[in-house]
Amino acid sequence: MNESAFLDVKDLKIHFSTDDGVVKSVDGLSFSLERGKTLGIVGESGSGKSVTSLGILGLHRGKNAHVSGEIWLDGEDLVTASQEHVRRLRGRKMAMIFQDPLSSMHPFYTVGDQIIEAYRIHHKVSKSVARKHAIDMLGRVGIPEPKSRVDSYPHEFSGGMRQRAMIAMALSCDPELLIADEPTTALDVTVQAQILDLMRDLQREFNSALIIITHDLGVVAELSDDILVMYAGKCIEYGSAEDIFYRPEHPYTWGLLGSMPRLDREPTERLLPVKGTPPSLINVPSGCAFHPRCPYSDLTDGQSKAEVPALAPTDPGHLVRCHLSRTQRRTLWENEVKPVLETQ
Amino acid sequence: MTTTNEPLLSVQGLEKHFPVTKGLFKRQVGAVKAVDGISFDVFKGETLGLVGESGCGKSTTGRLVTRLLEPTAGKVVFEGRDITHMRQGKLRPLRRDMQMIFQDPFSSLNPRHTVGTIVGAPYRIQGVQTENGIKRAVQDILELVGLNPEHYNRYPHEFSGGQRQRIGIARTLALKPKLIIADEPVSALDVSIQAQVVNLLEDLQNELDLTYVVIAHDLSVVRHISDRVAVMYLGKIVEIADRKSLYRVPMHPYTNALLSAVPIPDPKARAKSDRIRLTGDVPSPLNPPPACRFHTRCWKAQDICKTVEPPLEELASGHQVACHFPENAPEAATKTAATTP
Repeated sequence: MNESAFLDVKDLKIHFSTDDGVVKSVDGLSFSLERGKTLGIVGESGSGKSVTSLGILGLHRGKNAHVSGEIWLDGEDLVTASQEHVRRLRGRKMAMIFQDPLSSMHPFYTVGDQIIEAYRIHHKVSKSVARKHAIDMLGRVGIPEPKSRVDSYPHEFSGGMRQRAMIAMALSCDPELLIADEPTTALDVTVQAQILDLMRDLQREFNSALIIITHDLGVVAELSDDILVMYAGKCIEYGSAEDIFYRPEHPYTWGLLGSMPRLDREPTERLLPVKGTPPSLINVPSGCAFHPRCPYSDLTDGQSKAEVPALAPTDPGHLVRCHLSRTQRRTLWENEVKPVLETQ
Repeated sequence: MTTTNEPLLSVQGLEKHFPVTKGLFKRQVGAVKAVDGISFDVFKGETLGLVGESGCGKSTTGRLVTRLLEPTAGKVVFEGRDITHMRQGKLRPLRRDMQMIFQDPFSSLNPRHTVGTIVGAPYRIQGVQTENGIKRAVQDILELVGLNPEHYNRYPHEFSGGQRQRIGIARTLALKPKLIIADEPVSALDVSIQAQVVNLLEDLQNELDLTYVVIAHDLSVVRHISDRVAVMYLGKIVEIADRKSLYRVPMHPYTNALLSAVPIPDPKARAKSDRIRLTGDVPSPLNPPPACRFHTRCWKAQDICKTVEPPLEELASGHQVACHFPENAPEAATKTAATTP
């Protein structure tokens, strides 16, 4: 991948030792991201998408977490950097929007205080200047009457307003990398639409690199330039939004697309779910982790049970981790999968 | 699949106001009008979807219908019998015919009971005699919902979320109910598992001739599973219609806005600019706006919306709307064959 990319993650591994064995939450993940671009990371719960985001922010330094690989942010390797250094970058250079704003904001402090605190850690300014900045940020994210709302406590805000305040906090130091972990999952659909619009506008304005982590393919399609599909700690397909939605090549991606009832197409009689359940990350199935659930694993002559497939390019910028040959995948997609999905 | 015979469940002017009290003597200072006068019928063999944003009263409706909550006013008629104020003792035999599936498969199963105990509980409580003993019956049901009958002696924590939801469904089905109220049956599950459970619910309906009321916030799941759909906003039904007309020619501005807010999994749809974006949040049900409750967020609102409450009127066959200025008026309804906006 590109050497000079703004964010460059190479072979990232995050393993946790537990009493039951080693949990390989992230197992050899590589991707890169430019300023002003959005990467969507999709996967089911337990696929390692949230662990990846916490890993980039350096929030996995617990005794049982083993982080290896490289995370290059603007020319610096965050894996080998000191904790102190990463702490200085966190907030200023990279920031995070968490899923549940109610539990990620301190209930005893006003929303304003929490934004001011974050701002003053990174900028040597007086309280009143920081307060003005906080009011300004709250206004930018669309909170009405920011001058009075700055002194409200988190519980006085509605879910959508809390998420806006959370975004204001994350953006207060003008970070170049913004990670949003399920930013709209806890919200109602009309509020979700508002927040997605807001994030798109702010990203354009700040020209930051955005990673959006979600299980909702609709949300990903709204925002992302590139999409990374994760399964059992590994990237199984990577490509542009068009590649993933119009020319997906991995059977798991097909499964995700088939599982989802869609409003923009006529309803089918039945959904086409992926059979079985996601694997445990302690006992990841041998070979291709997806083989027990894959309807096409028989076509590989037992290879899928024996070896882990490599993440190989099928087109420029479109990578797939699958034992099926490129021709097999394309024929299956064109003749078997796409016709069924399209009738939806 | 709407049949013309008598409805299985009929709800008339149902209301639930939760009192808000203050002070030592619990003086009532107000009321949360969670459900404020709704009426609908559910016919045998059909699925009614109930959608709306959080706080619109959809879950409260489910609990009122099953009499887990006591209605403040209105009537619930099940199979022609008024059960609104029926005493618990008389109600108990009826519970056999009316069951509920809960949202959270983690908190709705007792962690200290085995699957066998959980799914067998309805037989024991109702004193139902089974041909080959309760164990056999439970194992048959486990098989029906796609679980391994040998897992009879396992505990809920040994199962994944999707499997637990299946256990909940098995418990619901034990007594072969006529009506099932499913409150967000799939929203706690992963996408691929959601699809499995939705398919299971549909298969069971065909096999056992069940009637569902599905309460959900996900409009695409509701469209997939329902025959008719009711849209709720702040304790009122604003639109109710069969699935096809509701999704193709939504008449209430709120329904239009809801449908337009759903993110479409198609990168090309991103550029579309004709989307409706509501501003602000849902007002508090403690102090809902007067007259039409949607007027504070509605882009079509005029003076009349602030003073006169629009009644729920049938504007097209089987399509009821409560709005002074409905979109896709009936004349246009036949012309607009395009899919939802």
